[in-house]
Amino acid sequence: MSTVTKIKKGLDIKMIGEAEKTIKDHVTDQFAIKPIDFIGVFPKMLVKEGDLVKAGTPLYVDKYRDNILFTSSVSGKVKEVKRGPKRILLAIKIEADGKEEAIDFKAENPAKLSRDAVVKKLIESGVWPFIRQRPYSIIANPSDKPKAIFISTFDSAPLAPDNDFIVHGQGEAFQTGIDALLKLTEGKVHLNVDADSTSSKVFTQTKGVEINAFSGPHPSGNVGVQINKISPLNKGEVVWYLYPQDVLTIGRLFLTGKFDATRIIALTGSEVMRPAYYKTKIGAAIEPLVKGNVTTVEKRYISGNVLTGKQIDLDGYLSFYHNQLTVIPEGNYFELFGWALPGFNKFSMSRSYPSFLFKNKKYRLDTNYHGGHRALVMTGEFEKVFPFDIYPLQLIKAIMVEDIDLMENLGIYEVDEEDFALCEVIDTSKTNIQEIVRKGLDLMRKEMS
Amino acid sequence: MKLLRDFIDKQKPHFVKGGKFEKLESTFDAFETFLFVPDKVTQSGAHIRDAIDMKRTMIIVVLAMIPALLFGIWNVGYQHFISNGMAPDFWPMVVFGLLKVLPVIVVSYVVGLGIEFAFAQSRGHEVNEGFLVSGMLIPLVMPPDVPLWMVAVATAFAVIIGKEVFGGTGMNILNPALTARAFLFFAYPSEMSGDKVWIAEKADAFSGATPLGHLLVLDADNMPSDWSMFLGTIPGSIGETSTLAIILGAIVLVATGIGSLRIMLSVIGGGLVMGWLFNLWGANAYMDIPAYQHLIMGGFAFGTVFMATDPVSASQTNRGKLIYGFLIGFIAVLIRVFNPAYPEGMMLSILLMNVFAPLIDYNVVQSNIKKRLKRAKAVLA
Repeated sequence: MSTVTKIKKGLDIKMIGEAEKTIKDHVTDQFAIKPIDFIGVFPKMLVKEGDLVKAGTPLYVDKYRDNILFTSSVSGKVKEVKRGPKRILLAIKIEADGKEEAIDFKAENPAKLSRDAVVKKLIESGVWPFIRQRPYSIIANPSDKPKAIFISTFDSAPLAPDNDFIVHGQGEAFQTGIDALLKLTEGKVHLNVDADSTSSKVFTQTKGVEINAFSGPHPSGNVGVQINKISPLNKGEVVWYLYPQDVLTIGRLFLTGKFDATRIIALTGSEVMRPAYYKTKIGAAIEPLVKGNVTTVEKRYISGNVLTGKQIDLDGYLSFYHNQLTVIPEGNYFELFGWALPGFNKFSMSRSYPSFLFKNKKYRLDTNYHGGHRALVMTGEFEKVFPFDIYPLQLIKAIMVEDIDLMENLGIYEVDEEDFALCEVIDTSKTNIQEIVRKGLDLMRKEMS
Repeated sequence: MKLLRDFIDKQKPHFVKGGKFEKLESTFDAFETFLFVPDKVTQSGAHIRDAIDMKRTMIIVVLAMIPALLFGIWNVGYQHFISNGMAPDFWPMVVFGLLKVLPVIVVSYVVGLGIEFAFAQSRGHEVNEGFLVSGMLIPLVMPPDVPLWMVAVATAFAVIIGKEVFGGTGMNILNPALTARAFLFFAYPSEMSGDKVWIAEKADAFSGATPLGHLLVLDADNMPSDWSMFLGTIPGSIGETSTLAIILGAIVLVATGIGSLRIMLSVIGGGLVMGWLFNLWGANAYMDIPAYQHLIMGGFAFGTVFMATDPVSASQTNRGKLIYGFLIGFIAVLIRVFNPAYPEGMMLSILLMNVFAPLIDYNVVQSNIKKRLKRAKAVLA
């Protein structure tokens, strides 16, 4: 480990409901792949309701990049193709048959394959979508030559799963996955670890990668922050990124020849009675997971973490990229003079509530806005939680007025909506900043294509 | 609480679109959210939000002004009685002060909020809380004897021309409260400057000049002591005489993180630097006063803590704030000493820098942009 990059700006939001370090089995036969999880993908169906599929059977392709396949994570029957307004494809539901049949893509040592052969195997098996690119956070384009590949081995978001714990004992699969990734870029593969807590040998003894250490509060684990500190993106450059469990999946593909969508996810949040880790597969239904294990108040189920996750229903499914399910109380209540009372139990980054005196207090946070939407008045707030060499407020305003040149000049290629999540949390004006940033990125992508 | 909530829920249908009083929706919303933090839950983006909101922010600024207000009320009475050669007890002074100050506050809030509500309604958005602060700032920078109709006219001018024509809260270029004062200063100079206006119902024989007034005629000998200027037992605008009370407010603002310490310190720095430069020059008595005295005279302290830190009209970048603050202090002292027509340089200096704040930000942001372009070029080369 060379030098440690210290992230000073940021905020660790301490919440109740951290997962206990035991892995249980999540038993369900209901799975779904949700095309809406993938930014900018226009699905063209390859299966219909009632078709039998195996793990690795293509379900649909991207209409505009038809080399990218999306495959089934389990073997079973296509139960429903669910569409929403304007026939937008919401989910392809699959009922697992328990046989765990999988298409054989042949076990091979990636170190001995050509780049094209590695790419081909990743695409036909359906693991390619794990590899995403910056800018825009869309699925990587196989023909691009990325400047580097980044893997953040730690997640600094509230209640995030501990990857050290998750990858334990899977060193071979991880190294094999890395070997495959090394074929994809002429640059480096950066493996970014937490200077204080990463101890798993799976990470620290990986060969062929450059290991970078980071310390400091969230968003130090965000890959966007790490890219910005190691090798900031310039206009026209592309880097790829993925996460440790994605590397394991790629590794297992080359070791066994099968698309093994096994995931270890963390069930977290204040409303979960026994938060713990669960072994499951991508796209698992959450109902069996939370049944009898949550409190009786009105709750919100979030696939992912509280900063960037997506709200799902009780009969919903985990999203493709998420390794965490968070359950927190809904905040649909009125509070008499809530803004004027001292508020000893309120979480606030600002020191306008006395809670700043209790640094280590853990909170049971709900989904209330805690105020009405107002004009952007305060300044200097975002800078406290935004560790980029970028002016956040100015960039947000440039996006709001759709000034393409200014957005580009202010560094929109270097950021993603998740990097603004903390700004959004602490914003006094209650503006939905991630939505604005996403709009800006989409606009940029349209403009550049 | 339950009763109140039920009552509001019952009235609500009348005020939303299609109801009997739909024209008053913003007004209803303002009162409802004053009583209750809304039950709205996050729909997109982060699922949890910080407990701070605009109401909390603004109420803390108002709280920070309370020491200056209370002292001002007492001082209005105190100045009145000593100018008439009397030495009454504490309470008569407070009562006299209250009778003078409260009407000004009421007029400022009623006129300002009335206009804010009307604009919010016509534009169909929520009432912004910014005027809770402006409405208190305006009385504090008025002379004690100011006619109430002037307060009303100035407030209306500040809210309409200073703020709403630019698009409302968050869009204004000038600090609204200072706009109100500047308006009166230029429209009715005889009521806003000179020796007569700083003490309420002053006896004619009594001088009544402020420290700045003394210095203007290079009369450094009749200056009050540093101590009384610091405590604020001198004639002046209602809320800006006591540096001590203002420091208490500054502590509240800085401790809660709502006021920018960066701006406050750089304003003080700018004022001291200009004061020292004048000391070196030393061409007249005004130039010779110790630099620190500039900080405790006139509106310097009040402007530093409550006016320069207004986030909307100040620079928005951290580096910009340093430049912005420094120039405010620097120019304020410059105007005081050089320009006899404008004894209160602080007001003009802040308004001037309000105008330049976007330019300062532009340059700060440009340097970031240039750095980025340079990096991109280095990669291409």
